[in-house]
Amino acid sequence: MQYQQETDYTKRLDAGLWRRLIRYMKPYHKHLFGIMATMAVSALCDTIFPLLTREAIDTFITGGASGGRLWFILRYAGTVLLQTACIFTFINLSGRAECGINRHIRKLSFKRLQELSFSYYDQTPVGFIISRMTSDTARLGETVGWGLVDLFWAAAYIVITAVAMFMLNARMALLVLSVVPIIAVTAVWFQKRILAGYRVVRKTNSQITGAFNEGIMGAKTSKTLVREEANCKEFAVLTGTMRSASIRAAVLSALFLPIVTSLGSVATALVLHRGGTEVFSATGLVTVGTLAAFVQYATGIFEPISSIARIFADLQASQAAAERVVSMLETEPEIFDRPEIVEQYGDSFNPRTENWPGIRGDVEFDHVCFHYSTGEEVLDDFSLKVKAGQTVALVGETGSGKSTIVNLICRFYEPTKGVIRIDGEDYKNRSILWLQAHLGYVLQQPHLFSGTIRENIRFGRLDATDEEIEEACRMVDAEGFILEMEKGYDTEVGEGGNRLSTGQKQLISFARALIANPAIFVLDEATSSVDTQTEQKLQAAIATALKGRTSFIIAHRLSTIHSADMILVIKGGRIIERGTHAELLAQRGYYYTLYSNQFREEWEKLAWDSETAN
Amino acid sequence: MQNRSKNMPENLFVMRRFSEFMSGSALKYAGSVFAVAVSVLTAFLTPLLIAGAVDAVTATMNGHGDSPVNLPGFLAGWFNARGGAEYMARHIWIVAALLVAVSLLGGLFQYLRGKWSAEASETIAERMRTRLYAHLLNMSYDYHVKAQTGDLIQRCTTDVDTVRRFLASQVIEIFRTVIMVALALSLMSTIHVKLTLISLILIPPLFGLAFWFFHWVQKLFREADEADGRLSAMLQESLTGVRVVRAFGRQRYEDKRFNVCVDAVHDESMRINRVMAVYWAGSDMLSMAQTGLTLLFGVFFAVRGEITTGNVLTFVSYISMLIWPIRQLGRILQDLGKSIVAMKRLYEILDAPAEADTPGATEAPLNGDIEFKHVQFSYDSAHPVLKDVSFTARAGQTVAILGATGSGKSTMMNLLQRLYDPTGGEITIGGREIRTIEKKHLRSRVGYVLQEPFLYSRSIRDNLAITREGAEMDALRKVASVTASDGFISQFKEGYDTMVGERGVTLSGGQTQRIAIARTLLRDNDILILDDSLSAVDTETDRSIREALKDGRSLTGRTPTTFIISHRLTTLADADLILVLEDGKIAQQGRHEDLIRQPGLYQRVYRIQAALEDELKSGRFAGNAAQP
Repeated sequence: MQYQQETDYTKRLDAGLWRRLIRYMKPYHKHLFGIMATMAVSALCDTIFPLLTREAIDTFITGGASGGRLWFILRYAGTVLLQTACIFTFINLSGRAECGINRHIRKLSFKRLQELSFSYYDQTPVGFIISRMTSDTARLGETVGWGLVDLFWAAAYIVITAVAMFMLNARMALLVLSVVPIIAVTAVWFQKRILAGYRVVRKTNSQITGAFNEGIMGAKTSKTLVREEANCKEFAVLTGTMRSASIRAAVLSALFLPIVTSLGSVATALVLHRGGTEVFSATGLVTVGTLAAFVQYATGIFEPISSIARIFADLQASQAAAERVVSMLETEPEIFDRPEIVEQYGDSFNPRTENWPGIRGDVEFDHVCFHYSTGEEVLDDFSLKVKAGQTVALVGETGSGKSTIVNLICRFYEPTKGVIRIDGEDYKNRSILWLQAHLGYVLQQPHLFSGTIRENIRFGRLDATDEEIEEACRMVDAEGFILEMEKGYDTEVGEGGNRLSTGQKQLISFARALIANPAIFVLDEATSSVDTQTEQKLQAAIATALKGRTSFIIAHRLSTIHSADMILVIKGGRIIERGTHAELLAQRGYYYTLYSNQFREEWEKLAWDSETAN
Repeated sequence: MQNRSKNMPENLFVMRRFSEFMSGSALKYAGSVFAVAVSVLTAFLTPLLIAGAVDAVTATMNGHGDSPVNLPGFLAGWFNARGGAEYMARHIWIVAALLVAVSLLGGLFQYLRGKWSAEASETIAERMRTRLYAHLLNMSYDYHVKAQTGDLIQRCTTDVDTVRRFLASQVIEIFRTVIMVALALSLMSTIHVKLTLISLILIPPLFGLAFWFFHWVQKLFREADEADGRLSAMLQESLTGVRVVRAFGRQRYEDKRFNVCVDAVHDESMRINRVMAVYWAGSDMLSMAQTGLTLLFGVFFAVRGEITTGNVLTFVSYISMLIWPIRQLGRILQDLGKSIVAMKRLYEILDAPAEADTPGATEAPLNGDIEFKHVQFSYDSAHPVLKDVSFTARAGQTVAILGATGSGKSTMMNLLQRLYDPTGGEITIGGREIRTIEKKHLRSRVGYVLQEPFLYSRSIRDNLAITREGAEMDALRKVASVTASDGFISQFKEGYDTMVGERGVTLSGGQTQRIAIARTLLRDNDILILDDSLSAVDTETDRSIREALKDGRSLTGRTPTTFIISHRLTTLADADLILVLEDGKIAQQGRHEDLIRQPGLYQRVYRIQAALEDELKSGRFAGNAAQP
């Protein structure tokens, strides 16, 4: 659905773009040359067949020769075999080029995606990226792999046929070729319009998918609002548009082939007339066989021309996909390690862990300023010193800028001014991976990957043993529900972990963070409520996770806020109050108001739950 | 698909049944079959004309200029009357002109075929879509609670398209091939039977090869599709979880995982490609061999004088015209299986019974007292949700309902809109049994705001006006300000014209709820149900919305009986009647002042609440008492 918002068409062919793209396909250049060579041979075979027909007629029927038949059969069979070999080779080569280019570009893109900063992800919906990585790359592979086949066959066929015809009879050759430009212009005109027509159809079609989506997802609401008839009426308008757009596109393409073949038949008629007349001429250069060969050439000439027209129209349509892919490949990450840092500590794909220094966990913000690329100032001259092992709770309304501080600590973003120090050292003097390897991170909405529970926890530390994994689960009291499941630790969690409840996912993500034994722990606490029992477990898990680590918590729960060494109250991107819970309540400032409003809710629910649980 | 042959009677039945969608388009269909026949005929005429010309030239050169021309029927007569072969050879422009004329005629019918079949099939597709959509919307509430949305959407889009493609081109293509074969056979056999047989000798294997191959290769395609699906799923997961990946520094790990998926996709496509290379090369070789055989034996018979040079050319042309459609036929017949499966899947949707109303249900005034008498309800007989619910709500009262998750609060409200009917006991509105009240009427007078309301992907203005088309902007502003939405709506750049959903802004849960309430308020309601509809709104806003609701009511003079599901004590305190639902029964009912004096759940919850107020006043944390 999101895809349709992206432009899928650009006006002019941009040769530079395709050249850049072809450069990314370097490992497959040899395939592309192979395809060109094969297609030339294949086109040659296609030109030879009419010549063989001519020979058969002129030598055996008209000429009455009886010898040389075997030789003729051998040559015919040889051409058949050569053509068969060509077909086999080009399908193989093109397939290899298509699949290979596809894979190569996907790998390059994914690697680039792993390097790109969060600012990229913030601005680009996942749906867009996925369509780049799947349909766009597939389309490029197809266009380059198979478009080239058609293009070179068509070009070679026209050239070789032209040569063959000129050798047979120059005047008749000119007659056949005289229709070529007319067919070419017509074909280009049509192909462009046909493609545009089908583009409209595709767009309408995605609207129909959207309408079905909305109709089905919103069916319950529509029922309560008695919207059934009105919705159906609106839908009928959409399907009506779809029908007329489809018919328009289909009619246009139904018109195309008859017109082009009719133009081709003019060539045939011209050849027949000229040839028929020349047979009787004194020169006697045109034989019946030649005439037959020319008729065959003339009949077939429209095909390569319209196929060239189609390829160019196709290229134009694929160009938007090419632009999107190239722009993704050429996006530079905003956050990266300096070359000398990479030299010393390695990059994200090849870390040199042997050179990594240890970590204690002191965190310092020294006059840090930050604004997103959109411009709004989020942090202004912010300073904070946290000693190893302390817990900092960040409190404020949604959108107040709490997550910015956390993002800076994780180096998902870097300060626009000022320095962040870890253990007294500017964190830009260490590698990104070094920091992130020492970081524990639990998200508000826990994200699990499909696979087993065990695999998900091992994501925290790849070399963790089964015992360590189980130990981590016991620490967050998750073992109980895990063992109750059919396959225990080897239970599949489903896509995004959706076979588990929210609470269970949260516990697993705590275990995953714990097993990494991080020095710095970041927790974006969930606002969504879970049942009382799980809630208790989560509280315990949080307490376990925080023990002995520097922690930053975007806090929503009373007990978490309570146990913090320091509370930062954030409003509109500024820290307006800081202190402990008691100090802040006593101030009767913003924290007091926030607390009495926002947490009353939780309070009521707790009261209610503890009562009904009895 | 594999056991298609076993299901033949059933398949025929599905296809016959499907013809219901084709009524009204039958003429267009017949027209396009006729057009196909004409275009095939003209296509076969062209080689005959060329052959006639070649033969006439040959005959004239050999000094047999007076021999009759080698053309079918009346054309031959026309030339023969003017001097036969010589006349034709000397006036070859006539043949050339005929050639162009025939080609134009054929083109015209080819065009008509495309036009008519598109018109027919697109109309049928439109009918299918409209009917599916209407049917889905008219299904019961329960159907949609249980529905697999992804699967339904897939059927309504992909399956409809499979059937459409089948109708648009494949059916006609089958006709075309049959007509071609029949025509070629009859034309060729009148010229030379033996050469006809030789020319067709490789056709059955070609057809068989195609039929078998496309059956067999389907498995590979399915596997490739699955690999593709795994790749997309992996990408989706990894990219949405990019924060987790980075936080654990797992870029290399993800890169490896991705490579495994992308390699699998690569290998599957390569497998298909390899077998395709063998198949296409092999079947092309057979085709070329067939043309070669025809040429060779044609020459042989021509040398023996049994046929003319023109005949040889005719045979060669016919064979090359026939081979491609025959090979495609094998493929189309395989695809037929897919279309039938798609039709069956569509009928699974259409055959599910739509929601029906009680026979004889009529409209009724809904502004009376509402009475539940020993109401029972269960979704399945094993687990009763409501066991015995009795209460009376006076017209115009505000009734608050509270209870733990799963205690049956929402179910109770569903009954009031007849989204479900009670399985026991009865509900009356103004004394009228609810089952005798027409569903549509009931739903249009009972405003029900769901817990997780759905907004349509259109502008905020249109979302509001959905309950009252053509509502004035003033009215929209008014309901928006009553629900405290006017503020945030005005903050959007495009205000009320801001699009909601993927193509526009993403609204928070609280904002969605407020708009949902606003749109419900826009119409006249006798009964209003807020199913925890203010849960994502903060307490202050909640209070002001409820106050505005009350004021609004006195303004319009209308006093809908209002049900509010909530666990907020502030909400409950203002209600005329509180129902405490526990385990499918009403455990307590009464006013706030009464319930806090009654020993029970309500009182205990209230006392803990009071402790919080204390803490806030004193500034010390007393919460541990309530911590679970």
